[in-house]
This record gives sequence, C-alpha cells and structure tokens, in this order.
Amino acid sequence: MSRVIEVENLTRTFGHFKAVDNISFTVEKGEIFGFLGANGAGKTTAIKMLTGILEPTSGRGKVAGFDIITERNKLKFKIGYMSQKFSLYEDLTLKENIGFYGGIYGLRKREIAERTKKMIVRLQLGNIENTLISEIPLGWKQKIAFSVATLHHPDIVFLDEPTSGVDPITRRQFWNLIYQAADKGITVFVTTHYMDEAEYCDRISMMVRGKIAAMGTLDELLLKHTAKDMDEVFLKLARD
Amino acid sequence: MRTFLAFIKKEFKHIFRDKRTLLILFGMPIVQVLLFGFAITTEIKDGKMAVLDLAKNRMSQQYISKITSSGYFILEENLKNYSQIEKSFKRGTIKIALVIPEKFAENLGNNNSSIVQVIADASDPNMANMLTSYLSGISNSFAIENRLVPKIPIKIESKMLYNTENKSVFMFVPGVMTIILMLVSAMMTSITVAREKEIGTMEILLVSPLKPAIIIIGKVLPYLVLSLINAFTILMLGFLVFGMPMEGSRILLFLEILLFIVTSLSLGILISTIAQTQQTAMMMSLMGLMLPTILLSGFIFPIESMPRILQILSNVIPAKWFIIIIKSIMLKGVGIRVVWKETLILTGTSLLFILMTIKKFKIRME
Repeated sequence: MSRVIEVENLTRTFGHFKAVDNISFTVEKGEIFGFLGANGAGKTTAIKMLTGILEPTSGRGKVAGFDIITERNKLKFKIGYMSQKFSLYEDLTLKENIGFYGGIYGLRKREIAERTKKMIVRLQLGNIENTLISEIPLGWKQKIAFSVATLHHPDIVFLDEPTSGVDPITRRQFWNLIYQAADKGITVFVTTHYMDEAEYCDRISMMVRGKIAAMGTLDELLLKHTAKDMDEVFLKLARD
Repeated sequence: MRTFLAFIKKEFKHIFRDKRTLLILFGMPIVQVLLFGFAITTEIKDGKMAVLDLAKNRMSQQYISKITSSGYFILEENLKNYSQIEKSFKRGTIKIALVIPEKFAENLGNNNSSIVQVIADASDPNMANMLTSYLSGISNSFAIENRLVPKIPIKIESKMLYNTENKSVFMFVPGVMTIILMLVSAMMTSITVAREKEIGTMEILLVSPLKPAIIIIGKVLPYLVLSLINAFTILMLGFLVFGMPMEGSRILLFLEILLFIVTSLSLGILISTIAQTQQTAMMMSLMGLMLPTILLSGFIFPIESMPRILQILSNVIPAKWFIIIIKSIMLKGVGIRVVWKETLILTGTSLLFILMTIKKFKIRME
C-alpha cells in the first residue's frame, strides 16, 4: 500500500484565528478517509490546502506524490473535487456540463463522449443527455456531480459535505458510488458532519477546533472512548 | 488551449441562454440611443402660453402673432384679468404667461420702450429659463423690425462649430455608448464572476488545472467581443439615423473604444473580487459605477457648471475622459496629438485596476 496523502504539522491561521492547528496524518491508496467535525472545525480550510488553492501558514504536505505548495499545478490533474454546493451549471445540459469539465482537464472529445456514455449507463440515467441540469431531480444531480468530479480518473477525490441536505435513500445510493470508486483504486477523502456516516469510512479523523482530536477505524475509536456510536465519541471529544 | 476553448464555449452558452442578459446586451443599447436621440432633446418647442393683452390694439396683436409664429410658443389661452393667470398655472395648462400693459403702443411710441411682464412656471426651471430667453429674443427682433430701436450697437453673429445645427443627439450618442460599454463590460463581468462564487463552481474552477489568469481572461473575453458589437451598433445608429458626423480617424476611434472597454472590464473584475454574490456585484456596479458615470461624466450635466468639489471628483470618473476623447475624434476630427492626455489617463486607470485585482486575488488565494 502506498501513501497518497501525507500531511505534516499543517497549520493555517487567519489573523489570530487558527483555522487548522498543526495537523498530521496519512491516507493510503484506495482508502475511504472520513474527515469528521462540526461546522467551523476547520474541515474546509484543510481541504482547500490539500487541493492547492490555499497556502498553509506552516507545515507541509504531499498529495498524489506532489507537494501541495510547490507542485500544485501538477497536483491539480491528479485530484477531483466536489463541493457541498452543486458543482454543475444549471443552465447547461448534462452533456455540456460533462464536456466542459472534461475540457478543462484537457480530455479529448472522443474520450469525453466515451466516458459520458459509460457514466449514463452506470448511473442508469436513461435519455437525459440533452436535458438542462435545472430540470434534473436533486438526488440525481448529486450522483452526476460525483461522477463528473471523477471523470478525469483522478487518484484522489475530495468530497466536501457531499451528502448535506439529501434524503437517507439517496445518501445510501451515493455511498454506493463512493464504494465503486474506491474499488477502482480511487482514494476518497470525504468531509461530513453526519456522525452516522462514519461507519461507511475505512478510517476516520475527528476535527475539533482546528485540531485532530482522534483518528482511527470506527471500532478503534469506539473502544478507546468507550462509546456506543460516533455521536457519543464526538460529544466526549468536544467537551474536553 | 483546449481547456481555454472549453471555458469560452461555456461562457457564451451562459450568455445566450439567459434572456435577461440578452435583453441588456442587445435590446438596451438600441432602445437607449433611440430614446435619447428622439425623446430627450434640450430644445423646447410649442411652449404653452397664456396672454393677458390689456392694450388690445394693432401693435399688441402684431407682437403676439410674432411670438406665436416663431414655433416656440402656442397660444393656449387669452386671459381677461390678472386673477386668471395663477389659476391657469395651477391647472397646469400653461408654462408661461405674458402680460401686455394698457399703454403698450403709446409707451413704445413716446419713449421707445415699454415693459411687458413675463411669468414662467419655474417648477421646471430649465424649461422656464429657456422659454423666457426665447421670448426676450423674439421681443428684441420685434423691436428691431418695427424700427423702435435704431440699431443694436453690438450684434452677435454666432456660429455653432462642430455641431452646426446644435443637435443634442451628438452629445447623447457618445454618452449612451459610454454608459452601455460601462454596463456591459463592468457590470456584466462582475455579475458573472460573482455568480460562479454564489453557486459554488468557482471552487471547482480553482481546484481544476485552469490557471487563475485563464479564468479571468475567459470571463472577460466574451464581454469584450459583445462590447465591441454594442459600440458598433450604437455608432451605426448614430450615423444612419441621426446623421452623426465622423471627422477623425476610424482606427483611432476603434482603439480608444477598445481602451475604454478594457478599463471597464478591469473595473468589473475588481468589483467581482470583492463581491461574493450577484446581488452585491450588481448593487456595487449600479451605485458605484453607473450613477457617478451618468451624473459626473458630463454626459447629462455639464461639468463646467458643477460645484468645485464635484468638478474635482469628476476627474476620477473614467467615462468623463472617454466622452471627451470620443467627441473630439468624431466631431472635431482631431488625432492622438490632441487627446493623448485623456488616453494616458485611461491607460493608467486600467493598469491601476488590473494591479489592484491581482493583489486582491492573491490575498484571497493565500
């Protein structure tokens, strides 16, 4: 197993506020790594540094083998990203959205057409290639957004609160997609504030006020904190 | 290059799918030019007038018909006494009232002078001023025609240079073009960037291999093209419909228009680095750009007659310099040797905005 994310003492301050405070961790290839924490715990700031759009105040990190500060231009081809807001353009059709994302990652027309076809079959979307995204139901959009984020076959895909505001059934289906991606060797780095989603992850890190308060598999964390579920773990950690 | 083309293609799709954007882009320039050209003229015709003729003789009749035949006045009412004057004003049927005294002819005959009273409705001060000055002009020529005055010692023979017919549309075409270019370039670009931030796609773009500079150029380029098309449409309307002259070099005009578009675009991008939502971007553009541009550029209100402080303030409005350049080239036919100062100011402003944008963008990225 090789390490696809290595982070050492990563810190980011905004003025006097330490949004991310000296965090270190590693993620293995093909792993589903859950990045848990309450809103404002520093998850998004951490993701921004890992994806190379925010410079750390101190510390260093490597993602997909590239340095997040000095090699971020190369790094960007190796990662995919999906934010909590929709990353699709409502006024473009499904095909146009895919064409655009494929285009900015430098894919050729033929590759884009091929992958679009496969994706539609995989997601069982039927005949909606030329439908505007605004006319597609919410649950579908989420799945499409995920597939678009992995269109260029990245090594790692970063998902920032991908399931917020979605019904439980769609959430379950969405996690199936994540499993499929992980089976293909894509590493999944996912943030969420739904504590119950922790059980879907291979490994979990819990962020509290900019620091990683706990890290390990679900069972390890439950045992260590003598809790029956992640909610309890979170409450115990947050109280400290 | 492929990535850049994909980006540009997407931008044009956004523009052509949004009916509101299209309306602003293509409907507004035409409507504005036609409106300003036809409806808003600074010349007043057919001013409604009431006359209280207390003299009632040949002389006074001649005087009145001289006034009504000028084309500037319409005799709306013949009044019988003073008390009717105010009633007519309050009813709003007249804009100006003329009172001819009882001894009008006698006074003129005896001492070559008679006083007539003119009362104007100054709730519209511009109109009141113009009507009274028209009236005194007509009175003077009446006096000369009837040999009441031997000869006026200083006779002014005026010639309206560069706009012989004194057409206000020559003023409005450059003005409207300035406003539209500002609107399309600055406001629309700031809104489109803010839109990406609002719907969350900006993060996706930043995470993607697209370089920030490419994102900005990709955002700006479609609007540059559209602004040029708009400028062309407005100029064509000016030439074909209103007979606007084109005395100077076309190439220089094109370059100056291009320069102003770049100034506006850089302003728009600067706004979009600050504004997080489309709403804010629009408010900032409207209040911060459009209003000062319309009020202080000299487009509608002459800068020379503004209070000193506003005159100084008008210097930071890029539109002011652009209007000077455009009018000089189109109406006076001058070259770069005359408008180099204004051109330099616009170039400097653009550079300043671009520099500020880069700085602001970096801070946000770090």
